Amino acid sequence: MGIHTEPCGLHCIKMNHIGVVRGGKVILEDINIHIHCGKLNVIIGKNGAGKSTLVKAMLGEIPHTGEIVFTNQENGQVQSLHIGYVPQSINIDKNTPTSVYDLIAGFSSRVPVFLKKSRREYEKIREQLSYFQVEHLIDEQVSNLSGGELQRVLLSLATIQEPDLLILDEPASGIDQNGMAKFYRTIYDYKNNHDLAIILISHDLEYVAEYADEVILLDTRILKDGPPAKVFESEEFRSVFGSVRYPLEQEGAK
Amino acid sequence: MIYELLESVLPFSWVQYDFMKQAFLAILLITPLFGILGTMIVNHKMAFFSDALGHSALTGVAVGVLFGIPDTNLSMLIFAVLFALALNQIKGRNLMATDTVISVFSSFSIAVGLVILAQGGNFSKYSSLLVGDILSITPREILYLVLLLIGTFIFWILCSNQLNSISINRSLAASRGIRVKLIENLFAVCIAVIVMLSIKWVGILIINALLILPAASARNISENMREYHFFSILFSLFSGIVGLIISYYVNTATGPTIVIIASVIFFATYFYSRHGK
Repeated sequence: MGIHTEPCGLHCIKMNHIGVVRGGKVILEDINIHIHCGKLNVIIGKNGAGKSTLVKAMLGEIPHTGEIVFTNQENGQVQSLHIGYVPQSINIDKNTPTSVYDLIAGFSSRVPVFLKKSRREYEKIREQLSYFQVEHLIDEQVSNLSGGELQRVLLSLATIQEPDLLILDEPASGIDQNGMAKFYRTIYDYKNNHDLAIILISHDLEYVAEYADEVILLDTRILKDGPPAKVFESEEFRSVFGSVRYPLEQEGAK
Repeated sequence: MIYELLESVLPFSWVQYDFMKQAFLAILLITPLFGILGTMIVNHKMAFFSDALGHSALTGVAVGVLFGIPDTNLSMLIFAVLFALALNQIKGRNLMATDTVISVFSSFSIAVGLVILAQGGNFSKYSSLLVGDILSITPREILYLVLLLIGTFIFWILCSNQLNSISINRSLAASRGIRVKLIENLFAVCIAVIVMLSIKWVGILIINALLILPAASARNISENMREYHFFSILFSLFSGIVGLIISYYVNTATGPTIVIIASVIFFATYFYSRHGK
């Protein structure tokens, strides 16, 4: 199968025959995805369709069959793939003593955050946060952030090392309608200004219709893929989501 | 030399007793250790895990007795490390809730330990393990504690960032190249070693309280990792020293006295955080 678009950049990521079997049960089977940089690829599907498992397989967290290859088309060389990841949720309780600086520096710095704040790291993180307009939150306790603020902080964390592929696992859950529109706008802008590909798992079909370049309908295997209009009007889409229509006219505008 | 220094610095009558000086030094070493370790045990929601690990000491001793190993400390240590790694392994399979898995293993290992040690009605010989006795510590053992503290500190400098990242989100940590399983296993072994090497003085029944309470209290009032570690170590040291002194004057068991003080600190910080913020 594989998504077919004009090559947009010099990099591409190919996932060939990805399969996952857990506890004797087939969760993913023969997944083939071809991703170009500069594209927003959205994976949709029902609960239990294997969306999160696919993400975990991509991250190398669970064993899978098949391969993921990242090539530079300029010289045809295979490179190692840097993945940025925004999880669905993080394990921060109401009183977890972790500031935004601690959260990000813990992942990106070797200086132990329990011992001291590194000035250099602090400046770097503030600059990164400013890209998502949340630099004022750097000393705030993570547990005090609103859903939208936390998403922006997690985006800053995921993109601080300039990944080739950004994976977002239902990042907008727990955000209100207004915040959601803002979030998709942010992702869209980021994509247009950076050399990377994005894979987004989402339930928000109207935003998917508006912003996605490619849609992948998943249910253990890939049922349908292609531009939103093609997928949303397909028989396969109807069999999963029923006959819902989404405004697809924006698609032509892009 | 250190003893003379203690005598000249501390204006208390108890300083003249060697066992009190040794206990005092031991507390200066053990409590910061527990304060540091506790922060990540609480972050990783491993309170139950460390509790089970403490209980496994009994089984470790029993296994040593059964196989005629002269130094039961060794069998205790080996058993606890294996026990910790096995628990981690099974936890990772996600077959059932973690607390259930831990409970099953913990109950089984305690039962085995008790059956072996209580054979012929001899259990009283081992009952000191349950409560512990800090006053019985020897200078050589204090030296071991120094090494342990240094080792833990180095481990913390190298791994605490990764440990904290894993506690926040495992997949996220894995995506950043952190070797999640390796670090988790190292941490479990680290807890196992420290718990086993200090259980003789602290006691199975209360060792977990000393691991959890200072960190839990520190969480009540800390906003970042630096405050968290600072307060956890401070509360741990404070409860240890004050507990030791009070237990000397009031003639109570030292371990439980320390736990009572640590608990009071927990409630104080809890109410402070509810009304202070």
